[in-house]
Amino acid sequence: MDINWHDLFIVGNPLILGSQIAILLSVIGIVALLTYLKRWKWLWREWLTTVDHKKIGIMYILAGVLMFFRGGVDGLMMKAQTSRPEMNFLDAQHYNEVFTTHGVIMILFAAMPLLIGIMNYVIPLQIGARDVAFPQLNALSFWLFFSGAMLFNISFVIGGSPDAGWAAYFPLAGKEFTPGIGNNYYAVAIQIAGIGTLISGINFIVTILKMRAKGMTLMKMPMFTWTSFIASVIIVSAFPIFTVALALMTLDRIFGTHFFTLSGGGMDMMWVNLFWLWGHPEVYIVVLPAFGMFSEVIATFSRKMLFGYKSMVFSVVGIALLSMLVWVHHFFTMGAGPAVNSVFSITTMMIAIPTGVKMFNWLFTMRKGRIEFSTAMLWALAFIPCFLIGGITGVMLAMSAADYQYHNTLFLVAHFHYTLIPGVVFAVFAGLYYWWPKMFGHMLNEKLGKIHFWLFTIGFNVTFMPMFFLGLDGAVRRSYTYSAESGFAPLFLVSAIGAVILALGFATFCYNIYWSARYADRNISNDPWNARTLEWATASPAPFYNFAKVPEVKTLDAFWYMKKHNEGLTLSDDEIKEIHMPSNSGLPFYMGIIFGITGFLLVFEWKLAALVAAVGIIIGLIIRSFDYNDGFHVTVDEIKETEKSWRSSDGKGVKNHVG
Amino acid sequence: MEKHKNGFPVTHVLGFIMSLVLTFGALGVALKTSLPFTTIIWIIGSLAIIQAALQLYMFMHMNEGEDGTANTINVISGFLVAVVAVAGSIWVMSFGM
Amino acid sequence: MSANVNTALPLEYQTEQNRLNILGFWVFLGAEIILFGTLFAVYSVLNARFAGGPTPKDLFEIKDVMIETILLLTSSFTCGLAIYEMRRNNKNGLLLWLIITLLLGAGFVFMEVNEFIHYVHEGATMQTSAWLSSFFTLLGTHGLHVSMGIGWATMVIIQIFQRGLTPVTARKTFIIGLYWHFLDVVWIFIFTFVYLQGMVR
Repeated sequence: MDINWHDLFIVGNPLILGSQIAILLSVIGIVALLTYLKRWKWLWREWLTTVDHKKIGIMYILAGVLMFFRGGVDGLMMKAQTSRPEMNFLDAQHYNEVFTTHGVIMILFAAMPLLIGIMNYVIPLQIGARDVAFPQLNALSFWLFFSGAMLFNISFVIGGSPDAGWAAYFPLAGKEFTPGIGNNYYAVAIQIAGIGTLISGINFIVTILKMRAKGMTLMKMPMFTWTSFIASVIIVSAFPIFTVALALMTLDRIFGTHFFTLSGGGMDMMWVNLFWLWGHPEVYIVVLPAFGMFSEVIATFSRKMLFGYKSMVFSVVGIALLSMLVWVHHFFTMGAGPAVNSVFSITTMMIAIPTGVKMFNWLFTMRKGRIEFSTAMLWALAFIPCFLIGGITGVMLAMSAADYQYHNTLFLVAHFHYTLIPGVVFAVFAGLYYWWPKMFGHMLNEKLGKIHFWLFTIGFNVTFMPMFFLGLDGAVRRSYTYSAESGFAPLFLVSAIGAVILALGFATFCYNIYWSARYADRNISNDPWNARTLEWATASPAPFYNFAKVPEVKTLDAFWYMKKHNEGLTLSDDEIKEIHMPSNSGLPFYMGIIFGITGFLLVFEWKLAALVAAVGIIIGLIIRSFDYNDGFHVTVDEIKETEKSWRSSDGKGVKNHVG
Repeated sequence: MEKHKNGFPVTHVLGFIMSLVLTFGALGVALKTSLPFTTIIWIIGSLAIIQAALQLYMFMHMNEGEDGTANTINVISGFLVAVVAVAGSIWVMSFGM
Repeated sequence: MSANVNTALPLEYQTEQNRLNILGFWVFLGAEIILFGTLFAVYSVLNARFAGGPTPKDLFEIKDVMIETILLLTSSFTCGLAIYEMRRNNKNGLLLWLIITLLLGAGFVFMEVNEFIHYVHEGATMQTSAWLSSFFTLLGTHGLHVSMGIGWATMVIIQIFQRGLTPVTARKTFIIGLYWHFLDVVWIFIFTFVYLQGMVR
């Protein structure tokens, strides 16, 4: 076990030195602030040990926003470097690291936690449950995700970042061509987060199958619940594949096996094959919950029931089935025979059919509706044309013969940004504006929200539209610079300017969070948007037990029905019964830390130490096995007290809708 | 899903005997016959799937209880994804030759 | 989460939380099917890439493989008997069969470790060729699962001694039973597509 201490800290790069200082200062700052405010106990009791799905959801969202910032800074650095030909802002190595971490962080550590966070907060409320099926496992999911995310993020100051692209293709990602430890971070950190995601998937499948309110049959579930359910099914189908792929990568890099190497009979394309067997379904894992959010937002702000609910469900299931059958379209240029490429071309194009069905459903939901242009609705409206561009270019890329032209150009990069940003980021923004009052008891400012919307949408289009044309002109992706003679300069500059506008939009959002937390009106009702689903039937923010009395569901859009028929909106004292809730636990947090330590030691290839640390994981499992804590009961008096505080106002003086 | 009061675990013994028969059957087909390689793989593969189904039904009672259907759908879909991964990988990694 | 107990059902299904756990474990097994499926995919793609190293015909000993297979098959049977006794509310019968199951499982792991050591002595290590990398990984993952299962079941046995047969311990026993049967199912495929296939080729 030879420890290379000189590899430990990255030195000599002013940008990284600046970050190291900034990280150190902010850690000191946070520690000092918590100590000064005497908030350590509060932090431990209320957050680090919580098993409440709502708090876990909020922690996911917070982590996701932070990671979105980090990934966004990576993106801005890339845009700065390519804004002019032959720029010297980043060198080739640093550029490689930045585009790698940008991709990994945006998909796995920003999009995933933001979506899982919103799922966590909303799904149990939407189906009328008190929590998820396995609350403590839910906390474990979060801490494993967080541990993986932190491990991945320290790579750029300790040991060096992965630099083989977010897909980490072999043989480049192997020990032979990338000898440092950077790529170990990729293999290990994503593995830890991935286990957390897999557990989340299982948790949500069981929650949605078994814990729905009385009367809510499968075909009466809100659309967001449906899409989250199907996304969870895809998680459980796809993530084990990635678990194996990453484990084999770890074995290849750290233990000298020959799965993907050039020597010893290994097969580099097998990595690519496994990566996309997971990677393509992963796209639908992030985009399906997003579709669900748009469905909720569009139905609410069109004041109409979602058009074509059944066809929507079938198309979601269809997308899930097809998602497992298209992976080869990511490597048409591998050179497989015409049969392989044709089959996967066709399956890929078929995905456009259910997606098109959904598009029309959203449009018809709006038709003749009384559309209200709230910020959430604006995101949903902008999503449709932007995502359409992404989808249509996707069909272009699906033609395997044509793909030989587009492959690895900025055309492809523009295409997937046009699907993922409208499809996921817009949805997350829509979802946050929409559910913010439910989460925090106050709205996000609508005026700032609209500034955020316009800056972000315009910035997005200005950034990525030129990249289609650059790609068609032959500009390749992952190239850190280009010559003046190429003629790419003007469009690259436009794209860089767009990125600045985009960043301003995000800054407005952050400011909006701050402004609203300080100044927004707290006197809002539990149902400020006049919404349709059950999460709005309880207080804002939802009490820790969610519902004093779980409503009975009669139709789709259950809460809308309750309001129209004035059923089940009131609560009499004798309806209140004791509620059984799970206890907090420090074990998930401990597991996150011990997984992080084990992972860190493995990254540095200190195998023996990693093995010793892994014993800590086993100890955690044993402690859990002997844990017979059965939770606690909330007394009737406490429920009465809580319910009175929000029900008493009787709607008087409460602002129902801001718009 | 019955609570046994007394009696003899018939299904378990039956399942065990059938497992043994299928295992030795596969062994015999593989090592004692001179069929072509692909034929042998198809036969022993089918025997393996039958034996797996046997375990799932006779030992694991996959379809019992209020979630029996969910369990069954879950296992079958998991199996199908696995088949897609195996067959798809073999086909694609042969470059379609 | 409410503890509405339905005593008409077997112990392990009596509470709502138990039913959730059992369904959750089935979903987990679905994920495990795909995990092992992927390992089989890797093995199937790499199984003729010997890189000049040993081949299955050089290494595999049918006698040892059959002993391992029968040990695991029998343990799956005894594990089924353990659950059968549990449903008769026969705690001692349950414990007896469960311990026999674990002993058979330990025998299996012992045989497998010996097999691996033997291969390594013949110069067939994980680093030798792509085939051996995938062989050791697939079988190692299965063996690790069995070993984990032994440790886990031991915890459950201790809890049955401590607490007797309650809905909670019955659920834990039932779930470890599912896990154990599942590992036998995986072995059937290893036996078929690794050993038999390797010896026929």
